[in-house]
Amino acid sequence: MPQRIIKWPAGVIKWIDQRFPLTSFVKHELTGYPTPRNLSYWWNFGFLAGFVLVLQVATGIFLAMHYKADIALSFDSIQHIMRDVNYGWLLRYMHSTGASAFFLVIYIHMARTLYYGSYRAPRELLWWTGQGLLLLLMATAFMGYLLPWGQMSFWGATVITNLFRATPFVGDQVVIWLRGDYTVGDATLTRFFALHYLMPFLIIGAVVVHLVALHSVKSSNPSGINLADKDNIPFHPYFTAKDFYGLGVFLIVYSVFVFFMPDSLIEPANNIPANPMQTPNHIVPEWYFLPFYAILRSVPNMVGGVVAMGLSVMVFAFMPYLDRSRIPGGAHFRPMYRVLFYVFLADMAVLGYVGYIPPTETSILAGQIATLIYFTLFLQLPFVSKAEERWLIKRGLPPELEALIASEAHEKTKRGKR
Amino acid sequence: MGDSNVPDSTGRRDFLIRATAVVGGAGVAATCVPFVASMNPSSDVLAKAETEVDLSDITPGAMRTVAWQGKPVFILRRTPEQIAASAASAGGLDPEPDSRRAQKPEWLVVIGVCTHMGCVPNKEGPGWVCHCHGSQYDDSGRVLRGPAPKNLEVPPYRFAAENKIVIGTT
Repeated sequence: MPQRIIKWPAGVIKWIDQRFPLTSFVKHELTGYPTPRNLSYWWNFGFLAGFVLVLQVATGIFLAMHYKADIALSFDSIQHIMRDVNYGWLLRYMHSTGASAFFLVIYIHMARTLYYGSYRAPRELLWWTGQGLLLLLMATAFMGYLLPWGQMSFWGATVITNLFRATPFVGDQVVIWLRGDYTVGDATLTRFFALHYLMPFLIIGAVVVHLVALHSVKSSNPSGINLADKDNIPFHPYFTAKDFYGLGVFLIVYSVFVFFMPDSLIEPANNIPANPMQTPNHIVPEWYFLPFYAILRSVPNMVGGVVAMGLSVMVFAFMPYLDRSRIPGGAHFRPMYRVLFYVFLADMAVLGYVGYIPPTETSILAGQIATLIYFTLFLQLPFVSKAEERWLIKRGLPPELEALIASEAHEKTKRGKR
Repeated sequence: MGDSNVPDSTGRRDFLIRATAVVGGAGVAATCVPFVASMNPSSDVLAKAETEVDLSDITPGAMRTVAWQGKPVFILRRTPEQIAASAASAGGLDPEPDSRRAQKPEWLVVIGVCTHMGCVPNKEGPGWVCHCHGSQYDDSGRVLRGPAPKNLEVPPYRFAAENKIVIGTT
């Protein structure tokens, strides 16, 4: 094998293979893993999410070597990292920008799944493990945000732990238990630090489950049809090359933020040390929580708001059942679903803006309308998707889709005969 | 086959398996108790229960914020107009007479934590406005506009002297 760069003695490989499935694992799951040849760049974002996860764990471990989880010291220890620690500024900005990058990549990853209908059978478990990963990511980001102990850190943690007051009967006790104090205090900070360090490793475990599910059902693809064997190509070198090209583009965007505008993602008020006696006039969560925060604010009842916010995050898990259309290929072949998809994106943008600005009569009304649209989009989907399917079949499917379905059926009968 | 001991012995085995599972499950649950309890407030946190406040330098219409159990407590010395306005209304979303909320009409003592999400409302115009989600309270700490569901809480307090209150005990 002339192209092999590192030449392992065959004896060593053989010795390992007799004890551990090294060669067959690499061949089946990495180099030779069959991948649909028609994947677009929208399929890069799972790999990018994995990359950002590694980046966050790596920078986080080195930051933890200098950070102090104590309400008297933590704010200053961040300044110590920024000013005195060698390259501390870089580690901190990589980590704070990385959090935003993580959500950006995950949201695009989810939007791709929604657009192409990748959540549909047989990929429900893949989608649900992803939903679990989203919750873990949100919890990790929320706990990490308390650690600098600035005003936004403190009041963000106060508001979010207060959500648990909506727990029936024991709400107040649950909040005190979560905080370990009557208010967010030293006990809260130390436990958030411990959990913020723990959760990434739970995420890594959940990612392994996500990947096992993926490798069992294989990647979806823009056509929405399981491709014939001849249309699957080995992951390496075709998709390693494609993923690394996407990584290059991602790193350019990421570096622009890390090196030229790192503070654009940090609320200025978080440069003021936490003050439990004074809430800032305008508290906003990080951009990636804004739409859900707007939903919380839009419901005029406390418990209702908490329930609505929880539902707005969890509703994605119901997509495999809400979408009853059997037309493959997601929004590409489904005009009505495509319109709904873009209405959903626009609605998220409106909610994000409403969540960002201080509450006024108009913004509260706009938030309520957008919240209503948000849930209506999901609730009407079973009926619209079924109606759309009937309409599309009556009208005749697009020729390229008919051809795809025909070639798929042809391949199946060929395989069946063999 | 046909041995009368067979059904007996599987029945005994099933019972033993269930009993072991129950005892084991109870053991695991009991072991969780110290871990869960360790997250509740520690003794030193529980100890900061009382705060003494000297009221003599608060002028009529002025407000002072003091810390009690780490939470802000608003002490408002109300003017006769504010007292009259508070007595005249019953509040908004959570009606309660002003006389039940203030031991002496001149002094309003409430916990400065919005009953919605726990932000500290700001003194604005008559009453308070919470900037987190827009809840509004009157000069008796009663909620006029949501999303807050309840009035600002009145902490337990007593007048130790004419110009001194102790928050935390009645």
